[in-house]
Amino acid sequence: MKSVIAENLVKTYRKGAVRALNDLSLDVEEGTVLGVLGPNGAGKTTTVRVLSTLLQPDSGHAVVGGVDVIKNPKAVRQIIGLSGQYAAVDETLTGWDNLVMFGQLYHLSASQARVRAQELLEQFSLAADGHRPIKTFSGGMRRRLDLAASLIIRPKVLFLDEPTTGLDPRGRMEMWGVIERLVREGVTLLLTTQYLEEADQLADDIVVIDQGKVIARGSSDSLKDQVGGERIEIVVSEENLLPAQEIVERIANSKATVDRGLRRISAPVLDGTASLISVIRGFDEAKIHALDLALKRPSLDDVFLSLTGHMAEDESSDGLADLASKKGKKRGSKR
Amino acid sequence: MNGIQDALVITKRQLLQLTRVPEVLIFNTIQPVMFVLLFRYVFGGLGVGIKGGYVQLLMPGIFVQTVTFTLAATAQGLAQDMEKGLIDRFRSLPIARSALVVGRTLGDGLLNIVVLIVMGTAGYIVGWRPTSGALHIFLGFLMLLFFGYSLSWAGIYAGLISKDARVVANVSFLFTFPLTFLSNAFASTTSMPKALQYFAEWNPVSTMVAAARQLFGFHNTFGVTAHSFPSEHPIVTSLFYMVIIMLVFIPLSVQRYKNANSR
Repeated sequence: MKSVIAENLVKTYRKGAVRALNDLSLDVEEGTVLGVLGPNGAGKTTTVRVLSTLLQPDSGHAVVGGVDVIKNPKAVRQIIGLSGQYAAVDETLTGWDNLVMFGQLYHLSASQARVRAQELLEQFSLAADGHRPIKTFSGGMRRRLDLAASLIIRPKVLFLDEPTTGLDPRGRMEMWGVIERLVREGVTLLLTTQYLEEADQLADDIVVIDQGKVIARGSSDSLKDQVGGERIEIVVSEENLLPAQEIVERIANSKATVDRGLRRISAPVLDGTASLISVIRGFDEAKIHALDLALKRPSLDDVFLSLTGHMAEDESSDGLADLASKKGKKRGSKR
Repeated sequence: MNGIQDALVITKRQLLQLTRVPEVLIFNTIQPVMFVLLFRYVFGGLGVGIKGGYVQLLMPGIFVQTVTFTLAATAQGLAQDMEKGLIDRFRSLPIARSALVVGRTLGDGLLNIVVLIVMGTAGYIVGWRPTSGALHIFLGFLMLLFFGYSLSWAGIYAGLISKDARVVANVSFLFTFPLTFLSNAFASTTSMPKALQYFAEWNPVSTMVAAARQLFGFHNTFGVTAHSFPSEHPIVTSLFYMVIIMLVFIPLSVQRYKNANSR
């Protein structure tokens, strides 16, 4: 069963001049994790805002947990959890105060809200700091508390919008640990990220979006296969470059790419391990000493590059949409 | 009933904030008390010929000024929630759309109760003596609270359309500060240029001040607009203004909140 379905979502800003969502469709199978991958301004946040009832799309259709998002937003809010790009908690209050308050806003009784707050603080390793104002928390702790606040009612569907953006590596690892635990417990999760390794690590399925559109979909492995299979990469000394290239091309049965500066030869291969062994044998016979030798799977960076023609982190290349999202943030309100 | 309950949770949050950051409450009460003392002793000489002295004229004026500043406080509080992205969280909860803004206006109203009590006490200490009896005094304070509450809704709207909490607080202040001085709050309007007198005496701050003076048992004086409707009926005029302010800003704010987008 699909827990999230989005069909042909369109959202424009500035009277249609900027198409934040341009006929975007995606779905999430119950109990799985969908990673929505894209650069800044690709439409990730807009997608989450529409699915979590914060924003009305111009057209299109969306269903979350079997409930129509546009027709019945209030019922959707009963079954979702949302944790945005910024820790949306009251910083002057303590973690405990925040969780109790949000619990009461989910209509738990005062005592239920207190019990749930304590559970969540413990679950997210915040029990020791629960009674300190959030102002004194580290970025990672704030994010964990924010995530905890979105789990008060044990939502059927959880939306995490760039959960680790702006965190240091340690905070990121902690957050991944927390999210992986949630996933094991069976939550349905839609997660946006601009970090390719994050999608790789956490998601069952990945959609790549760019300029408000889904441009590719699949598992991390299948996306990598779309770009091509494995590559052999070899570094040899200068004088061996030419003979080594001949051997590699013969075995790979394809044209090799040679980087003279790095003295690196690389070529796509079909049968990775076997080809690698053949190359080693060939080198041995020709008395060529390899300085470095590797079999590489394409990274999701390669995937993005080959799908969009620009790098994932390259913000300037998707001009308008990016500009729109920044302007929107500055303006404090966009319609 | 859930809607009211939700709003009260938000109000409670604001009271909790005051216990976590007591400086806010302290500053909020010290400032008006300071005004009471400064005006009482700096301009005390203006009250020559006034029965009971200048402080009788001053206190209603300063009460109104203080509750007028609620507009800036509400705007700033809400703008902060916008900045921090808290609005998104509240909007993704299964609560009434009005809960956050209603809760905040109630919270700011409660804060005004505390502030008015402290100011009234300070005024009493420096010689303010309302003469109209308990019921009218009570009604006077009730009306002051309601005036502040209606302005809170203008603050909600300002907070929702603003980009920055500090900017909106300053802009609101730039708007309310002259409004409280281009009025009869601290001096009789009769010494102003004629055009300003008209403005000052139709100014909602002035009608509210006149209403409060009347309810506290002090007879107000009017300049060019003597015998005009607001001068004859300051209470009715003020109530009318409050209703108008709320009729304008509540729907505007609710509409804006629906489409609010933090950051």
